[in-house]
Amino acid sequence: MSIAEQASSPVVALNTPAVIPTPTPSKIDPPAGEDMLTVNFGPNHPSTHGVLRLIVTLDGEVIVGLDADIGYVHTGFEKNFEQKTYWKAIPYAPRMDYLGFFANELAYVGAVEQLIGIEVPERAQWIRTLFAELNRLHSHLIYLGTSGIELGAMSVFFYCTRDRDSVLDLFEMVTGVRMHDRYPQFGGVAEDLPKGFYDVCKEFCRQMPKNIDEYLDLLAGNPIWKGRLKGIGKILPEDAIAMGLSGPNLRASGVDYDLRRNDPYLAYDKLDFDVVTGQNGDCYDRFLCRTLEMHQSVRIIEQCLEGMPSGPVIAADRKYVLPPRHELHTSMESLIHHFKIVTEGYRVPAGEVYVTIESPRGENGCYVVSDGGPRPWRVKFRAPSFVALEATATCMRSAYVADMIAIVGSLDTVMGEVDR
Amino acid sequence: MTAEELATAVGQTLPGAVESHTDGVDMPTLAVAPDRLLEVCTLLRDGHGYNFLSAVSAVDHLGYGEEVAGYFGSARGRDINRTGSWGSPETPAQPPKRFAVTYHLAHVAGGAEPPRRVRLQIWLDDGVPAPSVVSIWPTADWHEREQYDLMGIEFTGHPNLRRLLMPADWDGHPLRKDHPIGGEPVQFTDAV
Repeated sequence: MSIAEQASSPVVALNTPAVIPTPTPSKIDPPAGEDMLTVNFGPNHPSTHGVLRLIVTLDGEVIVGLDADIGYVHTGFEKNFEQKTYWKAIPYAPRMDYLGFFANELAYVGAVEQLIGIEVPERAQWIRTLFAELNRLHSHLIYLGTSGIELGAMSVFFYCTRDRDSVLDLFEMVTGVRMHDRYPQFGGVAEDLPKGFYDVCKEFCRQMPKNIDEYLDLLAGNPIWKGRLKGIGKILPEDAIAMGLSGPNLRASGVDYDLRRNDPYLAYDKLDFDVVTGQNGDCYDRFLCRTLEMHQSVRIIEQCLEGMPSGPVIAADRKYVLPPRHELHTSMESLIHHFKIVTEGYRVPAGEVYVTIESPRGENGCYVVSDGGPRPWRVKFRAPSFVALEATATCMRSAYVADMIAIVGSLDTVMGEVDR
Repeated sequence: MTAEELATAVGQTLPGAVESHTDGVDMPTLAVAPDRLLEVCTLLRDGHGYNFLSAVSAVDHLGYGEEVAGYFGSARGRDINRTGSWGSPETPAQPPKRFAVTYHLAHVAGGAEPPRRVRLQIWLDDGVPAPSVVSIWPTADWHEREQYDLMGIEFTGHPNLRRLLMPADWDGHPLRKDHPIGGEPVQFTDAV
């Protein structure tokens, strides 16, 4: 059976369509005066994807009241950004969304680059695109594995972790670390691709589509999987837009919107890929969107390997870019530039900029305000997980308590990014 | 659409609502009178198709562009931010009021067309509430709660304005510029 047939095969819908709760969109108020059971889901529960507490009011098995309590991993990243120079603040960015780490870095680096007005070389754009897609694979694999384990499909988690490891091996090969790489710099990337990367990555691209098909074979037609996900956690397209959903969550509702195509950044306008959309906006479509999107990511990575232009990987402007290491031993000016950038930082022209990129979870925006000094005046991240988690109440109308696990998992939130 | 065209279009329906407009490096920016914000937002959503609220961000401009102490961790370090100490030709324009609340809007629809974006800004003094846009974009619920929590901006008309990220009994609003970075009070010191 093809994927399209599997997706369209009928399953009894248990839920009424989603409607944004009023007056409080992120909360369902339980009916007053009746004998209800209120339970805490979390903050320490394996399927909360971090530390999330949902206060759930139950009428039998049906959820009639819901309130989310977040902030358990709030670490004040946005305040920390203001204490560091622009250059030194880069490592904070990947630690927020620790699964889509590269996307956060790109948003921050892209915003500051736009304020400085620095030109990024062609090759650096392509390398960034390649790693953004590898990172998307990484994030979607974790989503697939953890939502599998939550719904009882234990083996999928092990397969996904195997592939995630291959992705991280590629990251390690180029950046030296497996996550939180600090690889994008203002003006380009830290280093060029090492020898041998092409072959390893090519082999990965040969193997990966087979593995993705294997996951689809395991899950997409699986009657238990379909029974747990189809018709659950529905969200209508207009509700999804009003709730600010983006990325696969929005596309699963049938809204054909992807920043990589609609608002191309990096090298995406030169690449050929399809935007995967769903129809029903339920958990199953969100699963299918993410999994099929992985195929597109592999396609993009292959094209990046083929079409990678040659040239420098970082801009040559020494006021903003560290000089190459070898120059420090022979050139006084390079030594001074290096010292100045690392100790004092550099001034970024006063102004404000909002840069959005399509992270694995959706529109990841970075709003940077500069007062002309060496430290950011304000950095605000528009975290797609934050918005997705806010929409839980919209998806959760008259769901069963067992569906809650599926719904929270399918929205693919990372609590590090929600709380920042 | 440039900021001027958009400001003119809004000004035709709602005269006096747009206080100023600039073409930012990324998108047109309109500064709106706080008491007219809801009218402008409704018009932009229904009349101009800005159906997607990306984020609500509050910025504290206390001490914006002024000198701050030099090297990190050193109160006596060289003042690298003093104008002319190295390279900066001028201080930035002073903001009209202390707080700015910024709304990033976009037009989201199916198809390949690029999203139109606009930035709305309202300027507020300390203690002055902003109108809540939850009734226009439901997604503003948590965004406004977060800004209330971290920046201390009250949003009138918000259905559930409580702290979101910080503990409910937290003193102050941590993203304000006058909120201390270190020096947390040690608990139980009076219990010796």
